[in-house]
Amino acid sequence: MQNKRSGSITLVPYYVWIALFVIAPIVLVGYYSLLDLEGNFTLENYKNFLTPVYLKMTLSSFWYAFLITTVCLVVSYPAAFIISRLKNKQLWLMLIIIPSWINLLLKTYAFIGILGQSGPINAFLASIGFEKQQMLFTSASFVFVSVYIFIPFMILPIFNSIDKLSPALLDASRDLGASRLYTLRRVMIPLTMDGIKAGIQAVFIPALSLFMITRLIAGNHVITLGTAIEQQFLVTQNWGMGSTIAVFLIIFMFIIMAFTGEKKKKGASRRGKN
Amino acid sequence: MKNLVKAIIAIAIICAALMYTVHSLDKTSSKAGANVLTVYNWGEYIDPALLKKFEKETGIHVIYETFDSNEAMMTKVEQGGTNYDIAVPSEYTIEQMKDKKLLLPVDHQKIPNLKNIDADFLNLDFDKKNHYSIPYFWGTVGVVYNPNMLTKNLDFSSWNQLWDPSLKGEILLVDSAREVLGMSLNSMNLSLNSTDSAELKKATDKLIKLSPNVKAVIGDEVTQLMVNGDAAVALTWSGQAADMMYDNEELTYTVPDEGSNLWFDNMVIPKTSKNVDGAHQFINFMLDPKNAAQNADYVGYSTPNKAALKLLDAEVVNDERYYPSAEVRDNLHVYKDLGKEKIGEYNELFLKFKMSLQ
Repeated sequence: MQNKRSGSITLVPYYVWIALFVIAPIVLVGYYSLLDLEGNFTLENYKNFLTPVYLKMTLSSFWYAFLITTVCLVVSYPAAFIISRLKNKQLWLMLIIIPSWINLLLKTYAFIGILGQSGPINAFLASIGFEKQQMLFTSASFVFVSVYIFIPFMILPIFNSIDKLSPALLDASRDLGASRLYTLRRVMIPLTMDGIKAGIQAVFIPALSLFMITRLIAGNHVITLGTAIEQQFLVTQNWGMGSTIAVFLIIFMFIIMAFTGEKKKKGASRRGKN
Repeated sequence: MKNLVKAIIAIAIICAALMYTVHSLDKTSSKAGANVLTVYNWGEYIDPALLKKFEKETGIHVIYETFDSNEAMMTKVEQGGTNYDIAVPSEYTIEQMKDKKLLLPVDHQKIPNLKNIDADFLNLDFDKKNHYSIPYFWGTVGVVYNPNMLTKNLDFSSWNQLWDPSLKGEILLVDSAREVLGMSLNSMNLSLNSTDSAELKKATDKLIKLSPNVKAVIGDEVTQLMVNGDAAVALTWSGQAADMMYDNEELTYTVPDEGSNLWFDNMVIPKTSKNVDGAHQFINFMLDPKNAAQNADYVGYSTPNKAALKLLDAEVVNDERYYPSAEVRDNLHVYKDLGKEKIGEYNELFLKFKMSLQ
C-alpha cells in the first residue's frame, strides 16, 4: 500500500511534464489551426488543406517517407544481423551511431560537396572516362541522404531484438528441417518484429516531416509537409495554416502509431494464451 | 551506473564553468560601461577595420553581431532581451518595423554627413523623409550566368530568355517568393508589387512552364554552386553576384531590360538601443566619404554615398552591372510591404510552383 502511494507521488513530475510538454503544445497547435491571419476563428485553413496542392504534398510526403523507411529497413536488417554475430559488436554498433552525433546541418552540407559537379564522386567518374552526372538536386539524392541520416535509428532497435534472440532457436529450426529462408520468415522475423516496428516508427514519422534537406539536397524538387510548415511559420507568418498542416501530421502520426502498435498487443495476448 | 554518475557530474561541472565564464565576460563588457555600441548587421557586410577605426576615434567599444535574414533580425528585436543600437534591415522590413513601433527616430542634426548621400536614395516610399532609416548599401535582382556554359548565345537582356529550351536543368532560383514571382511578373511587363490575383495566377502559370529549366530552388548555397560551375544561370541579388564574380571570373551579371527589383539596406536604431547618441555617431561615421568608400570596396555592394563614389575605383563606379544608369534605374522598383494576406498568397503560389518541379 505504501509502495503504491510513493509510486503515485513519484509519478507527479511525469504527469506535469506530459501536461506541459505534450498535451499543452498539441492543444495550442489545435487552437492556432482555427485562427486566420487576423486572429478570428475560422475553418478556412482546413478547407485550404483539402485542396489539390496540399493533398498532392501529403501524398508525396508519404511516398518519400515510405521509400526512405523501406530502404532503411532493407539495409539495416541484414546489417544488424551481421553486427550481432561479430566479435566486437559493441564497437561496430558504436561506429554506426557516431555519425548521428554530428549536427544534421553539417552532414547535409558535406553531402552538397560530395554530390556536386566538382565533388569527389564526379571527379572519380570523370577520371575513369564517364560523363559527369547530375546527382545533387534529384529525388534519388534526397532519398540517399535521408537514408544515411536515419539508418542508426533503424539499426539500433533491430539490433537489440536480434541480439536478444537466442541463436539456439535458429539452430533448432534448422535441425527440424526448415530451410534458411523458412527460418528467416517463420522464426527470426516474427521474433524480432518488435524491433522492426520500433525502427519503422523511429524512421517513418520523422521522415514525414523532413524539411531543410528538401531544399539543400533536393533543391525543392521534393516538397514535404515539413517544408510547408516551415514556410508558413517563418516566411508567410501564417501560424494558422502552419498549425493546420501540423494537426494533420499529428493525426497521421497517431494513425501510424496505432497501426504499428496494435499488432504488438495482439502478439502479446496470443503468447499469453499459450 | 558509477560511470553514468561520473559523466553527469562532469557535464554539470563543465556547464557551471562555462556559465561562470560567460557571466564574467558579460561583466567586463558591461563594465566598459555606457560607452558600448551593439551593431547588428548581415554577415560579411562591413570592413572590420572600420569598426576598429570607429573605436579609436570615439572611444566607444563596438560589439558586433550578425543575422542572416530580415525576419530573424526583426523577431530578435521584437522579443526583447537584446540591446542592439544599430540594425541594418531591408526596406520592406523597415515598413513592418515602423508599423510595429520597433524603431527610434533618427535625428538628422546629429548626422551632418547625410549630405553625402545621393538624393535619389533619400525620401523613398518605405520611409518618407528618412525619419527612421539611413541608406547603407543598395543593389538589384538580376541574372548571373556563365557564358562559357551556354550552348546558345544568350545575353539575358530579357527575362524571357530564361525560358529558352537550351537552358534545360541549368537555372538556380533563390528560395524566395517575392524575387521569383516578381521575376515572372516583370517578364510580362507587370509590376512586381502586383496585388491583382489574376496577374499573380498568370505569373505562376508562366513560372510552371519554367520548371523544366530549373535545376534547384535554394538559398545562399547559390554562391558556391555558381562558383563551382554546378549551374550555368542563377537568379540572384547583385551583391551576391559580385561575390560570385570575384571568385569565378567567367561569370557575369545583368539586369534584364523589362526591369527588376531595386533594394536598399538601411541603418536603423531599434527601440532596444541603450546608446542612442553612439548610434548617431556610428551612422555619421559610416557616411563619411572615405569610410563609405573603404567599406564599399571591401564589401562589394553599391554605395548610395555620392561623395564616396569619387574615391572609388573608376572601373567599378562606371560598371553598369553595379551602378546601373539612371535610365535603367527607372525600370527598377522597390518592394512594397503588401500586407500579410498578399504575402501569404505570393507564398502559396510559389509553393504551387515548387510542387511543379520534378
